[in-house]
Amino acid sequence: MTLLTVDHLTLTAGAKTLVDDISFTVAAGETLAIVGESGSGKTLSALNVLNLLPPGIARPAGTVTLDGTDITTASPASLQKIRGGAAGMIFQEPMSSLNPLQRIGKQIAEAITLHEKLPRAAIRARVLTLLREVGLSDAERRMDDYPHLLSGGQRQRVCIAIALANNPKLLIADEPTTALDVTLEKQILDLIAREQKARGLGVLLITHDLSLVRRYANRVLVMDQGRAIETGPTAAIFANPTRPQTIRLLAARNFDPPPPANDAPVILEASHLNVRFPILRGILRRKIGEIAAVDDVSLTLRRGETLGLVGESGSGKSTISLLLLRLIAFQGSVLLDGQDLAKLSKRQLRAIRARLQIVFQDPYGSLAPRLTVRDIVGEGLSVHARNLDRDTRNARVAAVLREVGLPADAADRYPHEFSGGQRQRIAIARALILQPAILVLDEPTSALDVTVQAEILLLLRALQQRHGIAYLFISHDLNVIRALSHKIMVLNAGKVVEAGNAETVFANPQAPYTRTLLAAAGL
Amino acid sequence: MRLSPLWQRRLAVFRAHRRGRLSLIIFGFVFVISMGANFIANDKPLLMDYRGQLYIPAIQPIAEATFDPAFLPTETDFTNPQVQAAIRAHGWMIWPPIPYRYDTIVWNAGAAAPSPPSWRNWLGTDEVSRDVVARVIYGLRLSILFGFGLTIVASIIGIVAGAVQGFYGGLTDLLFQRFIEIWSGMPQLFLLIILSSIIAPSFWVLLVFLLLFSWMTLTGVVRAEFLRARNIDYVRAAKALGVADWRIMLRHMLPNAMIATLTFLPFILSDSVTLLASLDFLGFGMPPGAPSLGELVAEAKDNLQAPWLGFTAFAVLGGVLILLIFIGEAVRDSFDPRKTQ
Repeated sequence: MTLLTVDHLTLTAGAKTLVDDISFTVAAGETLAIVGESGSGKTLSALNVLNLLPPGIARPAGTVTLDGTDITTASPASLQKIRGGAAGMIFQEPMSSLNPLQRIGKQIAEAITLHEKLPRAAIRARVLTLLREVGLSDAERRMDDYPHLLSGGQRQRVCIAIALANNPKLLIADEPTTALDVTLEKQILDLIAREQKARGLGVLLITHDLSLVRRYANRVLVMDQGRAIETGPTAAIFANPTRPQTIRLLAARNFDPPPPANDAPVILEASHLNVRFPILRGILRRKIGEIAAVDDVSLTLRRGETLGLVGESGSGKSTISLLLLRLIAFQGSVLLDGQDLAKLSKRQLRAIRARLQIVFQDPYGSLAPRLTVRDIVGEGLSVHARNLDRDTRNARVAAVLREVGLPADAADRYPHEFSGGQRQRIAIARALILQPAILVLDEPTSALDVTVQAEILLLLRALQQRHGIAYLFISHDLNVIRALSHKIMVLNAGKVVEAGNAETVFANPQAPYTRTLLAAAGL
Repeated sequence: MRLSPLWQRRLAVFRAHRRGRLSLIIFGFVFVISMGANFIANDKPLLMDYRGQLYIPAIQPIAEATFDPAFLPTETDFTNPQVQAAIRAHGWMIWPPIPYRYDTIVWNAGAAAPSPPSWRNWLGTDEVSRDVVARVIYGLRLSILFGFGLTIVASIIGIVAGAVQGFYGGLTDLLFQRFIEIWSGMPQLFLLIILSSIIAPSFWVLLVFLLLFSWMTLTGVVRAEFLRARNIDYVRAAKALGVADWRIMLRHMLPNAMIATLTFLPFILSDSVTLLASLDFLGFGMPPGAPSLGELVAEAKDNLQAPWLGFTAFAVLGGVLILLIFIGEAVRDSFDPRKTQ
């Protein structure tokens, strides 16, 4: 039975066409995944189903029929009955889709009372059932908690409970796990799949992550720049994609293992690293304990080698990157070229900083918005090579921009004129211009689309081969880690769980935690 | 210079803000007029021809003896009818539109001072028989210059203080914050009264004294902005590059704090003008005789039978403050990212 039919839908903003003539259907009990990169129009297509389009976006053509009602012509009152009634929606960021000032039980109850008049006790009982159903442990007590007391995964469970509150027929999930760790991602999607089976739901899953699609969707619709370029059963599309964009999307996930690094000299040796944050309580801020963000971690890096640090959020992997750059205080020793970074004075440290550079995760936050690319990239030179004259400096900036694959005119533009991938290239150029021996890459690709991700990874690999830079590669994404790392270190709660050669760990994980991670990533 | 699209957008919003734009134009006009006060209201001619030689008495000192050896070799008093007659005999003079300075006593204003508005004294004279228009123009100049001076210096100090607190955080921030709390609790007016009993307040003394207490306005905003920027990746990246602290603050963090600062600036300016006027009104401000708007208010209060004083004082002070507030609103709107054109 067809639940949702979208027919020749076109969405425009001013003169720009955002969604161009797409059609799809979702039947009861099936999952349709809409896949595409950011800006491909997949979220808009989903919002349109419940007529939740942001202002300024017009629908010049197309019809949307949901459970027998034409959404495009429905009155506001009947639309409100459908929203949260016949169709429930889950958003990407569970923290911002819950009201921080209301208890979660009340928020679920509100979803029910909007559609049904029930006595208070009955509502409470139903909220409780829902919370148990979505697997929130200790539901009785938890229903009186505020959202900030829950973890990200628990919050998303609450959002699912709200979406399911009125026995919908269709569930729209817009990137429901993008903000979550891999193991949680699996739990949440398994939950959605279980509910789907139990209730016979039609699910519209919006995502950019193809490994999720392969595991959870019956059919796929691939979108590119507002157009539906390919649609069909999941297995068929994965086995034999016809359009170049789809092939590129799929190829972006399948990397060859990195070329092996020969036995090179050790350039960085960090031992017994510890970072502790005090837990303070009471009015006097008495120290009652410590949290170990990094707990006795030791690592070595060889020339031209990549060490992959894997872990979920809170595992201390980013803390290690800040620590190695001495941007936070720590105990332990970090030997770089035989000098202990922990013991250097500020002045000595400044000289050695050129050897050790970092690229951050967020390409939007890591470039100063008010400086030109030339100023950003050339800043390292103005610190470490002060006596360069202007022409030489400009030439070196131009050379490094060319090396990371940016157009020649990039130097005089501002960061906001570039896309996420290009910004990440600028950030790499900034680190590269000092010809560092070690580059710390803190989730450099996780804010990027998959195809852009692949391009950046290829660039990083080429740079490593050309310059023999050692990478400390930090990521939660095992696919990405696998593409670049020679060695792997798995972190959990600040401790090293497993370490070894990449191939060995992937082929034969020892620690149970590593196995969970690999299973969650579908590897 | 190429403006970034962000600034182009801000300028466009400001231009579209009709009230703010109009206020800026009027304020600019008032500013130019008051800066040229010497050429608009003066008791010396702008230009004078005497025995075939050109003089600009408004800016160059001329001895009275030039015109007649019988006169004294002191600075010429051009209001003296005898001097005027001596000059007219051998040449001509061009007078400014208002032939009085702020301290010129108008001898022929008629009945007892303050005298009502007339053709000669457009807004009448005050209780010492000085032309009110001339005093207002000079008073505006003093107020605006004082306001700008106080605003600029206080802002620089405030920004530096806030930047240091926000950038270093921790103990530096804690101690500085406590210091500001104590400092801002000082009874400013009492201190000023005590001060004025020891030394006679002048423009510079007042400026320095008020500076001691008014630099704190911006500190909080800038501190908050720096605290936020401290952990942004580009600041971390700059630290990882080994960029010196002051350079990080100046190049990477300050531009962010400038938005808040620029938005505040017109309001700080109007505060400074009000502050000076109220001190003058109380008699703790500028030395007696100086052209000040606050003193005009005080005179109006003492001479309720001469309402032109009160009306003038109200219109001028109120007008300047309203203009500054309107400009401030427009600036605030144009820096507001949620505002669209």
